[in-house]
Amino acid sequence: MDVLGNYKSVISARSTDKDITKKSQDGGIITTLFAYALEEGIIDGAIVAGPGDEPWKPEPVVATTKAELLAAAGTRYTISPNLNLIKEATRSYGLDRVGIVGTPCQMQAVRKAQLYPIGMRDVDDKIALALGIFCMENLSYQALEAIVEDHCNQKMESVKKMDIGKGKFTVYTERGAVSQMPLKLLSKYVQPGCNVCLDYVANLADISSGSVGSPDGWSTVFVRSMKGNAVWDGAIAADLFETKPMDQVKPGLDLVTKLATEKITKNQKNVDARKTFGLKADGTAKGLRNPYETP
Amino acid sequence: MPGRTPEKRPEGQPAATQPQAKPAVKPSDVIVKEKVEVVQKEEKPVAEKITIGELHLSGCTGCLVTLADNYEGLFKLLDDYADLVYALTLVDVRHVPEMDVCLVEGSCCLNDKTSVEELKEARAKSKVLVAYGGCAAYGNITRFSRGGQWNQPGHEAYVPISEVVDVDLYIPSCPPCPQQVRNVAVMAYLLLRGNDEQKNLATAYLTPLMQLAQRGNEACGCDLLYDVINQGLCMGCGTCAGTCPVRAITMEYGKPNVNRDLCIKCGACYAQCPRSWFNFDVMNNYEGIMDAINGAMQ
Ligand code: SF4
Ligand code: SF4
Repeated sequence: MDVLGNYKSVISARSTDKDITKKSQDGGIITTLFAYALEEGIIDGAIVAGPGDEPWKPEPVVATTKAELLAAAGTRYTISPNLNLIKEATRSYGLDRVGIVGTPCQMQAVRKAQLYPIGMRDVDDKIALALGIFCMENLSYQALEAIVEDHCNQKMESVKKMDIGKGKFTVYTERGAVSQMPLKLLSKYVQPGCNVCLDYVANLADISSGSVGSPDGWSTVFVRSMKGNAVWDGAIAADLFETKPMDQVKPGLDLVTKLATEKITKNQKNVDARKTFGLKADGTAKGLRNPYETP
Repeated sequence: MPGRTPEKRPEGQPAATQPQAKPAVKPSDVIVKEKVEVVQKEEKPVAEKITIGELHLSGCTGCLVTLADNYEGLFKLLDDYADLVYALTLVDVRHVPEMDVCLVEGSCCLNDKTSVEELKEARAKSKVLVAYGGCAAYGNITRFSRGGQWNQPGHEAYVPISEVVDVDLYIPSCPPCPQQVRNVAVMAYLLLRGNDEQKNLATAYLTPLMQLAQRGNEACGCDLLYDVINQGLCMGCGTCAGTCPVRAITMEYGKPNVNRDLCIKCGACYAQCPRSWFNFDVMNNYEGIMDAINGAMQ
């Protein structure tokens, strides 16, 4: 399959909702789509990454209002275990139509939960909108702490904003200090599980989005499934987004394709390397487990 | 445990073709060997249906209830795709009959002759034998039995059914999910009665559940440690914690933490984890497959 997955259209967009764009780093796509879907009754609630009990630690929450969505808006640098709340949302909250946002691997988890609902009772037909975010790799919370507190020498609670770009991990504090760490130091902090991930642009989401490929303040949006298409068309008709054709923005789709290819090629090598990781007594290779072949 | 160590796992083959190499009887072998038998009934032409039975061993009936929890879906299944030929309280048949698919609920009590005999008979008379639910697949809560219970104190040895018979396919969890057993039933129908394309789809779909049956019969939340985190595969999605029926798993700093005293050993968390297996050939077509299943249930 193509590294960008199946999609019906790809477009550069940003939200026309100022409340939302103020809070989000890119085009505010996810928040705007969920707000629209809530308003229209397409979803009854959305599982998003809300604030946790420690600074910059995300905690999944079920947002049922725009205010709750706004409280959760913005990029996270550590994964929020949103799938943890799926049954909570459908069974404890009793939601019939659930939205969920997540990384490419979390979109894979959503589809597996729908196709093979082994321990996911009454979930398959309740996922009304699965929104994916582009993801190169993720950090554990402790890794983020090491970067912010050790490398950048700032306290987690004093950090106002974090940013990845131009070869640096940048931390901005409330008091105006700016600290940076070169991105090449990042690799040792990447979660091991990310190194076998074969998806960059959330191929299995209904709609996926990320900043790569579009100008500052805009997002690249892939509209993928029938459901995604219907929601996107509705949101466009409601004037919720400004859009530009992908071939008219810089740096454009080529950059997305390039990064996707890089990620997948690198990680496919990692997956393959697992097959010959060790050594058997007879001199042949001893492999690690390969989740893409057998449980 | 046999079959658990990584070097025993076959490598480098596409998932969909793998099970043929395995020793146990596979549905795909069986269709070649045994020609489809025609089940005749008076009112309707039902020759196309498959036959399904449920053998109830040492389980709590939760698995059987789960089947019924498909509500209208169960009627649809029974109207169009499968005849239920054996099941406690639902079917008035005393002895294990011939059937295409036998769902076995519960673990097998080695101290109970009838259980052992019925299980072996079910194996002999079914084309596809399914460990239906945590107890049949992994022992589940019956793993903790030490005997001495009223009114059969001598019944103390309970084993996953694969200790006694070869098992083709696992449906883990306690209880299993109605939609999962429905999907397996639809896929079994396509496998045994479908055209080539449908057979391929069904084979690809059922393969990981057949591989689970080959993987072994011990399950625990610890599998997330042994076979996911220890293997460098966990990415912190939270699925396992959301899956566990007894809430034994919490996410702590982005990784599952298993309360091992709470774990009942149902196998749901590991099977649901996207890093236990992820078969792109099936998942990439999720939309079409879900439409097909929904369409079949209309
Ligand atoms: S941790 Fe929970 S889901 Fe996993 S085997 Fe134990 S009881 Fe089952
Ligand atoms: S389900 Fe997700 S969080 Fe749980 S072990 Fe698997 S990859 Fe890790």
